[in-house]
This record gives sequence, C-alpha cells and structure tokens, in this order.
Amino acid sequence: MIVSARIFIVGGATSFRALWYWLTPWIYVPTMLIAPIFQILLFAYIGRSAGLESDEFYLIGNALQYASIPCLFAMAQMVGGERYQNTLSAILVSPAPRIPLFLGRSVPVVLNGAFVAAFSLVVGALVLGVHLPASSLPSLGVIVLISAFSCTGLGLVNAAASLRIRENAVLSNVIFGFLLIFTGANVPLDALPDWMSTVAQGLPFTHAIEAARQVAAGASLGDVRGLLGAELLIGAIYGVAGYALLRWFEVQSRRRGTLERS
Amino acid sequence: MSALRLLAVAWYLQFKMILRSPFDGIGNVLYPLFFATTAFFVFRAGDSPRTLIYASLGAAVMGMWSSVSTSAGSAMQRERWWGTLELLVAAPRHFSLVMLPATLGLATVGIYNLAATLLWGRFAFGIPLTITHPLFFALSIVATVLAFGGLGLLFAVSFVRFRAAWVLGNFFEYPVWLICGFLVPLALLPAWVRPISWVLAPTWGMNAIRESALGGTPLPDLLLCLALGVAYIGLAVLVTNRVLFDARARGSLSLT
Repeated sequence: MIVSARIFIVGGATSFRALWYWLTPWIYVPTMLIAPIFQILLFAYIGRSAGLESDEFYLIGNALQYASIPCLFAMAQMVGGERYQNTLSAILVSPAPRIPLFLGRSVPVVLNGAFVAAFSLVVGALVLGVHLPASSLPSLGVIVLISAFSCTGLGLVNAAASLRIRENAVLSNVIFGFLLIFTGANVPLDALPDWMSTVAQGLPFTHAIEAARQVAAGASLGDVRGLLGAELLIGAIYGVAGYALLRWFEVQSRRRGTLERS
Repeated sequence: MSALRLLAVAWYLQFKMILRSPFDGIGNVLYPLFFATTAFFVFRAGDSPRTLIYASLGAAVMGMWSSVSTSAGSAMQRERWWGTLELLVAAPRHFSLVMLPATLGLATVGIYNLAATLLWGRFAFGIPLTITHPLFFALSIVATVLAFGGLGLLFAVSFVRFRAAWVLGNFFEYPVWLICGFLVPLALLPAWVRPISWVLAPTWGMNAIRESALGGTPLPDLLLCLALGVAYIGLAVLVTNRVLFDARARGSLSLT
C-alpha cells in the first residue's frame, strides 16, 4: 500500500517534472497561456462574422476545449518522452504496480489542464469584455476540473496508442481537431448532423461545456449535476479503457520487441 | 542561372523530404481541415450574408499558412539538430539561398492544403467551386506561396537564436488566421489591428485569391503580396548576415 502510494505520488511528481525538461516557460507561456486566448478570439470573431451565438458561447467552449492540448499531449508524452529518453523499458520492466504508476502520472496533468482552461476563461473574458458573475466562478472551477479529468481519461487512451504509433503529436492534433468540431465548443450541437451530435455525447467536454454555459447563465452546480455526472462517467470510461489498452499494448510490445521502436 | 538551379534543386529535395514527414506532410494538411470544418458549420448555421464560398476560400488559405508557420520557424534549427547547419553555412552560396527552398517547400505543401480544403468544402458541404478569373487565381496562389515562403524564411532566420524556435512558429498561426481576413473581415477587427494586417502578405494573398475567385480586381492585391514577399526575403538576407556574423563571433552556430 505504501509502495503504491509512493509510486503514485513520487512517480507522478517526478514524471511531471521531467515533462518540464522540455516544457520550459519559453514553450509553456506561448502554447498554454497565449495560444488559447487567440483561439477564443478567432472563434468569437468568426461567430460575429457569421452572426452565430455570443462571445460568451465561444469563450466558454474554447477555454474548456483548449484543456485538451495539455491533457492529450502530456499524456502522450508520458510514453513518447520516456521512449525518447530511453527510460521506457526501464519503467516497464520494473515490478511496480501499473495502476499507481500510470494514474500518478495523470493527476498533475489533470491539474495543469484545469489551470490552462481556468486561465483562458478568466483572461478571455477580460479581453472580450464578457461578464461572468462572481458567484459562478467557484462552480466554473469545479466544471473545469471535471472536464480536465475527463480529457485526461482520453489522454490515457492516447498514451496507450503512443506505444504503437510513432507520431503521437500528429495523433494528438487529430484528436484535438475532432474535439473542436464535435463537442459543441464552437458549433451548437443542434446545428451538427444527428450522427455527430450523437457521437458528441460520448466525448469529453460536451457535457462540461454545456454545464459551464448553464452555470454562467445563472444555474447552480446542483442544476447541472446530471451533465457533470455524465462528464465524470465518460472520463472514467476512457480512463479504464486507456489503462486496459496500455497493459495490452505493453504485453504486445514485450512479445514483439517493439517497445523501443521510434 | 546557377542560383536559380540551386533554388530549383534544393526546393525539389526539400519538398520530397516534407512530403515524407508525417508531421509536415500529413499532420499539417489534416490539422487545418478541422478548423475549416468548424468554420463551415459555423457559417452554415449563422445568419450572415457572407457565403460559404467566402469561408471556403478563407479556410483554404488558413491551411496554406499553417503549413508554413508551424514548421518554417524551426527550419534552420532542424539543420542544426541534423548536424548539417555548419556545412550549409560554410557552402560557397549565400545561406539564404540554401534556406529559402526549405520554406518555399513548406509553402508549396500549402497548395495541398488549399486543394484539400476546397475539395472538402465541395464534397462534404456542397460549397460550389466557381472561379471567375482562373488565370489570376493561379497567379494569386503562386504569389501567395512565394510570399509565404519569404515570410517563412524571415521566421526561420529570426528565430534561430531561440532554442524553442518551433513554438514561435506555432505561436503565429492563430494571430495571422485572425488578423489577415481569412474568415473575419478586417472591418470587424479593432482599427489598431489593420495596419498590422497591411504589412502581412497573407492579407493581400487572401484578397487576391478571393477577388480572382469571386470576381473583382485581384491585380493590386497580387502585386502587393509579391512586393511584400520580396521585401521579406530582402529583410531575411540582412537578418541572416547579422545572425551568422554573431554566431561566428561567439562560436554559437551549433547551439542546441
């Protein structure tokens, strides 16, 4: 139990620090703090140009959806980075229990994703002049955290795929693109074809974005508990699926000798 | 003549290398399509008089810019990683002549992006593909590719002192999409933004492509786009001289 807790906490913290070996402030500030503001501005202005929805709609949608960048890339890097540093086989040959090993590395990613989304929401609101009621901010904070958790679950699937796919940056960008279209971040779900809005129900962010919009409009957390429950459930399902895939691909990689393929 | 031959051969070599790169050859073509698709849905659901053709052309040039901005910033740094930078700098040709084909190659991949976005719009969204002035349309694309290549070269040589040069290239993707009138008319942006848009060739390349496709007078925009492209190359040559002089003086050419 103590060993598992140590692997969970120390392993997770060390892995996240290792991520900062390359994620320096020179990279973090432009990609995590400035780029989401421009994404919010881009779609807010596209919305104005197209005469569709309000600035608040695009602010909330894009601020939350941008958490997918830290969540997807950091989780993919959990495998890709270890492989690049030639430490992947050392980790996977160890007898360390896998659940604390992988989940410990996910917790800092959730927190970082939530921070990026919260920062984008606040600064984007200031830039666009969108008023978010002060009373809604704690609830929005909870929603942001839940959405980051949900996307990190998907990130775990992405990390597993990185055991088999060399170009995890391309894969992460592709998943980001699907989330941009499907989750209602920029296009109202009723404006999407039926099959797309159905698919959206199984993706991270869809329910969190809807919940955040309702909270910003005056609803309480209790009013949106159904949406948040769905978001948590989706995150948990992806997390379990990601863990199962990681274990399966790990076994396959050992069997085929492809662990260090890069 | 030999300079032109060098440009042509190096451009072909770089273009072939880019096409075999999963990130530059596939990722950079796919990624803007997601933004284009989102924009198509937004414009289709909205009540603006601006048509889907307007959005389609804008999204197509967005894709062209993506292929340059995300990779040109680190074009020179890539040579450093590969260990070929010193050899290229020591070559008897001016270094700009060696680097320009790399960024021109990236800009040429942008033609794939343009075609892919227009075809995606045509077949997935039923956006008609009518081009009023085909000759000017083709010339506008060539001018835009040259101008993007010039701007990419300026990025490549300006960012070389930064270890995270690739980030700076990425960083300029969204702002240029926003302020160069690809999907948002400049009139909607704050007045202080417009002078910045005017010194960016993508603004005029976009105008030229849109005017030639939808019917209008693309020639002034086309010439402005070309003139700015040439100006970027001239500026990049000056920056290159300065950067290489500093790098030689400080022994920092192979800084990693």
